[in-house]
Amino acid sequence: MLYSSAIYCKLFLRGFLPIFPNPAMPIIPYYKRRDKNMNSFDIIGPVMVGPSSSHTAGAVKIGIISRKLLGSPVRKAHVFFHGSFLATGKGHGTDKALVAGLLGFSVDDQRIPDSFRYADEAGMEYRLSGIDLGDVHPNSVKLLLYGDDDRHIEVVAASVGGGAIRITELDGLPANFSGDYPTLVVNNLDQPGHVTEISSMLGHKSINIATMQLYRSSKGGKAVIVLECDQEVPADAVRWLSRLEGILKVTYLGLSDGDNA
Amino acid sequence: MYQSFQEIIDKEKSTGSLFWEIVRDNDCTEMDLTKEEAFLRMQAMYEAMKSADASYDASLSSASGLVGGDGERIAVARRAGNLLCGSFLGLVMEKAVKMGESNACMKRIVAAPTAGSCGVVPAVFLSLEEEKGYSTEQMVKALYVSAGIGGIIAQRASISGAAGGCQAEIGAASAMAAGGAAFLLGCDGETIAHAAALAMKNLLGLACDPVAGLVEVPCVKRNVIGAVNALTSADLANAGVRSKIPPDQVFDAMRSIGKALPEEIKETGKGGLAATPTGLAFKESIKGF
Repeated sequence: MLYSSAIYCKLFLRGFLPIFPNPAMPIIPYYKRRDKNMNSFDIIGPVMVGPSSSHTAGAVKIGIISRKLLGSPVRKAHVFFHGSFLATGKGHGTDKALVAGLLGFSVDDQRIPDSFRYADEAGMEYRLSGIDLGDVHPNSVKLLLYGDDDRHIEVVAASVGGGAIRITELDGLPANFSGDYPTLVVNNLDQPGHVTEISSMLGHKSINIATMQLYRSSKGGKAVIVLECDQEVPADAVRWLSRLEGILKVTYLGLSDGDNA
Repeated sequence: MYQSFQEIIDKEKSTGSLFWEIVRDNDCTEMDLTKEEAFLRMQAMYEAMKSADASYDASLSSASGLVGGDGERIAVARRAGNLLCGSFLGLVMEKAVKMGESNACMKRIVAAPTAGSCGVVPAVFLSLEEEKGYSTEQMVKALYVSAGIGGIIAQRASISGAAGGCQAEIGAASAMAAGGAAFLLGCDGETIAHAAALAMKNLLGLACDPVAGLVEVPCVKRNVIGAVNALTSADLANAGVRSKIPPDQVFDAMRSIGKALPEEIKETGKGGLAATPTGLAFKESIKGF
């Protein structure tokens, strides 16, 4: 396997996981876990443009989160649909929904069925095609996005049911977050000290870490740290982090509307 | 949310709070909302259902061309007095189909609990409001009852067709609407639970076999059976008819049936109506980008 397996730090810190994964312990895919308690609006709601929470609303949400991760309006997008998205996406308006999300439309925006026209008006180039991403969630999509100032990003995401989504890959490295929390993605060199730098900075800003994941391409190679936080991370803290030695790129996903470039 | 009807019924007896208040208070804790804020949020959901119903457009058809215009056909027949079921049930049928069609045609709807079953609860609620003149406040309280029932189903069984078959979508929506209607009739928690259980028992084991995998055939028209079944179940419960199997056990049965259903009829588009020659032909005609 190319990457080391994910370490769920929160579980680890709580003593639920040993330092090395126990082969006898079943690994529950992250997307199958319930990470918040349900409330009435998970049952009555969301208000959304149909026809499908997973294939339409989820696709809009993937577009919105990917646009935020890019950190600028999308100028060019190449979208590759996989599995059930490819097989039934056209009938579910998955293509229109995804383009709508990339334009920043919300899941209940009545312009979603006409998103192609709005993309043309906004000067957003888009190309839609199919792909086989292998052994991933059936409702998966890969996006190559280009924005202002040479910004570009590669995202693989899955719509996992009821409109909930997971970002499963970012710039070629695995990830696993929902976009429901303020999320910090730090690409760094695989060397000691970066986790401490980030966690002490967040502690200093009184930001609580909800979940934390570490992945690397190889020992001493490129690594990525994904942190879901309970509070927003201020822009100056993100900038400070991006200037540290050994940090290659910092992407921040806030909960507020609009772009957080 | 609560995991059993028994918990809510016990709480109703020990605190004197009503079913809907118990569900709302739990939201207040979970979401850090005041009682007023929680109520207003649910009211917004009800208003969204109303405006979705009002914005039905009979001229639209879905991406596949399989769905559109049937709501208007029912409306015409109802106005002409041509329905065996009469004007009130006719209105319920009409609203259920209209909402399902709006969803398939990419209009704005409220998932309740899912997009495919989005017509059931509004068809029952909006028709009852029009027919009986309940206040908006009553309707929002009833919607809270439905939400509480959906929460129990989600935790004891499922509200996803892929996980539990159509019983988890139209079935769950029907149980939710039945409980809400029972509340509007003035029923207590126990009667509400039986209304929900009676509704679910009629739809246990329902296949999720959508043609071409789309939320169109048979989903749209199944909203009718979900809505009408909800009303008859509420009437049965209100008349004193009881589910001989206790409500919580009915939903446990729903869970085990959902697990036992073959994958082919759990939203994979591989079995049932989807696998008929006509279903397969539609699938071929609309795939790819």
